[in-house]
Amino acid sequence: MPRRDDIRKILVLGSGPIVIGQAAEFDYSGAQACKVLLEEGYEVVLVNSNPATIMTDPEFATATYVEPLLPESVARVIEREKPDALLPTLGGGTALNLARALWEDGTLGRHRVELIGANYEVIRRAEDRLLFRETMEAAGLRVPRSAVVTRMAEAERALASVGLPAILRPGFTMGGEGGGVAVTESEFREKVAEGLMASPIGQVLVEESVIGWGEFELEVMRDRNDNVVIVCSIENVDPMGVHTGDSVTVAPQQTLTDRQYQALRDQALTVIRAVGVETGGSNIQFAVNPDTDEIVVIEMNPRVSRSSALASKATGFPIAKIAARLAMGYALEEIDNDITRRTPASFEPTIDYVVVKWPRFAFEKFPGADGRLDTHMQSVGEVMAIGRTFKQAFAKAMRSRELDVAPAAPDDDEELLARLEQPSHDRFELLMEAMLRGAGDAELKARTHIDPWFLAEIGALARGKDPEAGLARTFKSVDTCAAEFEASARDPTGRATRSAAATAARW
Amino acid sequence: MTGPGYLLLEDGSRFDGELCGAAAEATGEVVFNTSMSGYQESVTDPSYAAQIIVFTYPHVGNYGVSARAMESDRIHARAVIMREGVDREDSPGAEGGWLTWLDDCGVPALTGVDTRALVRHIRDKGAMRGGVFAATVAESDARERVMAEPSMVGRDLAREATPAEPVILDPDAPGPRVVALDTGIKSSIVRNLRERGVRLELHPCDTSSAELRTREPDAVFLANGPGDPAALDYVVGTVRDLVGEVPVFGICLGHQLLCRAVGLETFKLPFGHRGANHPVKDLASGRIDITSQNHGFAVQGPHGELRIESDEPIRWETDFGAAELAQLNLYDRTVEGLVLRDVPGATVQYHPEAGPGPHDAEYLFDRFLEMVAV
Repeated sequence: MPRRDDIRKILVLGSGPIVIGQAAEFDYSGAQACKVLLEEGYEVVLVNSNPATIMTDPEFATATYVEPLLPESVARVIEREKPDALLPTLGGGTALNLARALWEDGTLGRHRVELIGANYEVIRRAEDRLLFRETMEAAGLRVPRSAVVTRMAEAERALASVGLPAILRPGFTMGGEGGGVAVTESEFREKVAEGLMASPIGQVLVEESVIGWGEFELEVMRDRNDNVVIVCSIENVDPMGVHTGDSVTVAPQQTLTDRQYQALRDQALTVIRAVGVETGGSNIQFAVNPDTDEIVVIEMNPRVSRSSALASKATGFPIAKIAARLAMGYALEEIDNDITRRTPASFEPTIDYVVVKWPRFAFEKFPGADGRLDTHMQSVGEVMAIGRTFKQAFAKAMRSRELDVAPAAPDDDEELLARLEQPSHDRFELLMEAMLRGAGDAELKARTHIDPWFLAEIGALARGKDPEAGLARTFKSVDTCAAEFEASARDPTGRATRSAAATAARW
Repeated sequence: MTGPGYLLLEDGSRFDGELCGAAAEATGEVVFNTSMSGYQESVTDPSYAAQIIVFTYPHVGNYGVSARAMESDRIHARAVIMREGVDREDSPGAEGGWLTWLDDCGVPALTGVDTRALVRHIRDKGAMRGGVFAATVAESDARERVMAEPSMVGRDLAREATPAEPVILDPDAPGPRVVALDTGIKSSIVRNLRERGVRLELHPCDTSSAELRTREPDAVFLANGPGDPAALDYVVGTVRDLVGEVPVFGICLGHQLLCRAVGLETFKLPFGHRGANHPVKDLASGRIDITSQNHGFAVQGPHGELRIESDEPIRWETDFGAAELAQLNLYDRTVEGLVLRDVPGATVQYHPEAGPGPHDAEYLFDRFLEMVAV
């Protein structure tokens, strides 16, 4: 299918200021997408309230507006520029919510602006908890038991069916703002009240806890011909209960059998089709019960997300660029793999290395904060490292955080083990200290629910076995295909691939 | 077994590592697989007979081994080469440790190998013979043993993978009677057919067409399997007798055998397709499936070409009328499947049964059975 000629001018929304709870990678993905749109001959109108971004540099758009990302100001830009289409999938949750508001207040309809990448129905089905749940159940997929509440009295009734601990997720917020895990009834009431305040639509989802289950994410792309590929699987080393932005994560997944992984893959295909994302990428999160193989769908983001930025860098598959091309009407098979240059983008990257992402916290700057982690994202940044093994990548990422204050472990062994039960910013330092003091894997598994494979690998690191001892330095590059095809000498993929390649310095 | 060891290739290249698995030597054709999971399914796939598998994904063994991941009754690969093999039994679904199991099955393995350098070597130079040896074995002795391993070209390995006696499954099933020539069929293929109600029979690959006719088949199925299709003229002859009489469907080696039976030619790919991420376009529907692949040979185009440059359903003139290109590999544009237009028959080069790999192409089993019903 050729590029769409019926649209000429495209409005792109940025993600605004960099705040705790929302990743800073949207500038990168937005800039990549703007470049592609311009290359294809479209006029690009960009709105972003944050001038300290690459995407607001003059060469990335035909017209750039540094305006508040609010319906009124963006409506004025639309009146003046009269764009044919709005691409809302590159500026995180901010842009998606803004597009939804502009549709609902009639601005888009009045000016005949088409939503491309994700239309209004898709945004609603993915972001409205109740609709999402109904969509999943209609597609035959299991979601955690839950109830949507708008008043405290409803929350009390929901508590009876869902039970404690319960997860609270306010509707239409970013980074889980106002959400959390409630273990006691008083915590439950407190957090419901917070959530109702934080949600712009005054809605909180009260949800069955799958805390301790394995948490997995799949990055999925779909084109207008209904071809779907999985760009990357990501496993959270921290089990369910910690926001994925605050979790140590690894790509690809490490602990699922092929049978389990294929079951996730099948479900991811069902999810993206059921929600109805026609062109572009989505991030889909699952919880897997390690003992029963049971899978529940947690959520999906019908847009470029923090995880897709990670997946792009991890695999060499430029999700933002390709999402922009798909929105223009191209099919995956019509887009070249930037790295091999000989194979199309309608494939699934396979990698022969391990990528670890580690969050960077700054609790030392917030004296009142206790450093405990839950479903509300608190990290201020992240580090990604590539190694040929998990141990290499984990160690590289860990030291690359360049912490100002080294975490301290309590002297008392029992206190140390007890602290491990509650996820915290210093959890892995504490875990490694406990391992050094001789705590067994079974004990640590019971306290943390971390998969035994990760415990064994981290244990080997803690006990001082240098994963890089005796290795020669060599240069490897991210090539999307585990070396099956030769990477093109001239590497046009831009920042993602070059920085990833530079990190992959040892085998 | 532990201690230093190495892989020696027939061109003299050497890759060092640590021995693990069984205390044995092994020689075979060295091939690489790019899947990131499914190691147990791969080594038990009979198509890997006489081959040494290099896994490009560094961590192998993470979730142990279990009975349900078997693709046959034993390991067919000769040896396994890994960057970081691990023996773990504590994964929730594990019934045993990967390295312990390799040892129990008598299969040697190397870990700690720079598999990316090895894969790039094979990619550039082609699949070749090699062997796994302890460091104490002199390279000159090792080389002699590698050179004594027969080349894959012209090699009949189906006889080693085929059952001695026919196996009759589900004689009372409601579906059509499908008679398979078992050149090393994978359990996932058997499962997919049985799940669809087929009365399936597996016959030794040297069964004659006359004997197969006595089974009164509604269809003949040609299985996957190891070795060079050009060395299986006796199977090709059997298939040739049956084409036109009953619908014939083939997967992988079976695809190559059916193609040869109607007069088409096969050739050896430089390093083959082994993995779970190859895009294949189904020309009739336009859909692109991500497929599981494991083959070293492929079918030539109508004019002897190795790559098909257009996405059109081009035609071959075969001894049984027209054959039409039905599926195409978008990586290297090789033939992935075709349908016979004048007699009932269809084949695919890839693995719709997955095991391991994605399930995108499972619908081909339904398509096949629709063809049988007509």
